[in-house]
Amino acid sequence: MIPLEKVRQRAESDAKTYGYYLNPDPEFLQNLLQGLKENEERLGYPSCPCRLASGNLELDRDIICPCDYRDPDVAEFGTCYCALYVRKDLYEGKLPIPPVPERRPKEKQIRSYAPTAETMNEKKTETSAPATETSLQIKKKLWYCKQCGYVVFREDPPYICPICKAKREMFAEIAIRGLPQG
Amino acid sequence: MDVKKVPGKNKENKIFIYALSTCAWCKMTKQFFKDNNIEFEYVDVDLCDDKDKDKIKEHILSLGGSLSYPAIIINDKTLITGFRKDKIKEVLMI
Repeated sequence: MIPLEKVRQRAESDAKTYGYYLNPDPEFLQNLLQGLKENEERLGYPSCPCRLASGNLELDRDIICPCDYRDPDVAEFGTCYCALYVRKDLYEGKLPIPPVPERRPKEKQIRSYAPTAETMNEKKTETSAPATETSLQIKKKLWYCKQCGYVVFREDPPYICPICKAKREMFAEIAIRGLPQG
Repeated sequence: MDVKKVPGKNKENKIFIYALSTCAWCKMTKQFFKDNNIEFEYVDVDLCDDKDKDKIKEHILSLGGSLSYPAIIINDKTLITGFRKDKIKEVLMI
């Protein structure tokens, strides 16, 4: 059991670090934190409570809270997709909290639904090989921020560098021979 | 598929919601229908098995929707994605 207070403290600390605020509606906030807690207990990581997770960490990495889309969503709409993190003006009620369109690419959303257990079993039977990340078509790469040197090993570079806040365009791939796939 | 029915006096329209058990917006949507005494059915997609999830995906996509929740289907044809209170009121004329 993960204490709800721990989930709250983690969110508060992250909001403070990035200059955001948590949703000002106490009941709504409580529901969001409870959803995060349930996902963490069920999946082992705090996946976004308002998105369907696949249960595979590598497929869900971009929607682990705070998700990859939070910073560009807060910048554009004043709130993240699930409305856990909001900008100061929305926190103060100067502007209403709007619905945020899904920024996560459709091809990533669809991966939460497939392959089905049946498909996986069929594949296992046919090949007698364990289901690997390769079969789920994840290709991780090394990316570096040209502005501050931050290096990350993921499928895509972040939208915003967590260190220096440079935009995604500032990331370049590091090509290394013999890099392990996946 | 574990479809749950929430009774209400207003049965004029057939309301079906694809929701997530963890989603705060989905909870608000369910509460909205309860507060307005409108009968509805729902499925928490995250609690479904893979086979049902796949069917749900196909259903939502066939209605031209995106894979976001809540997905509210009114009278088997109108799909509203997200808790858009004004849009729901407009369609239900309440």
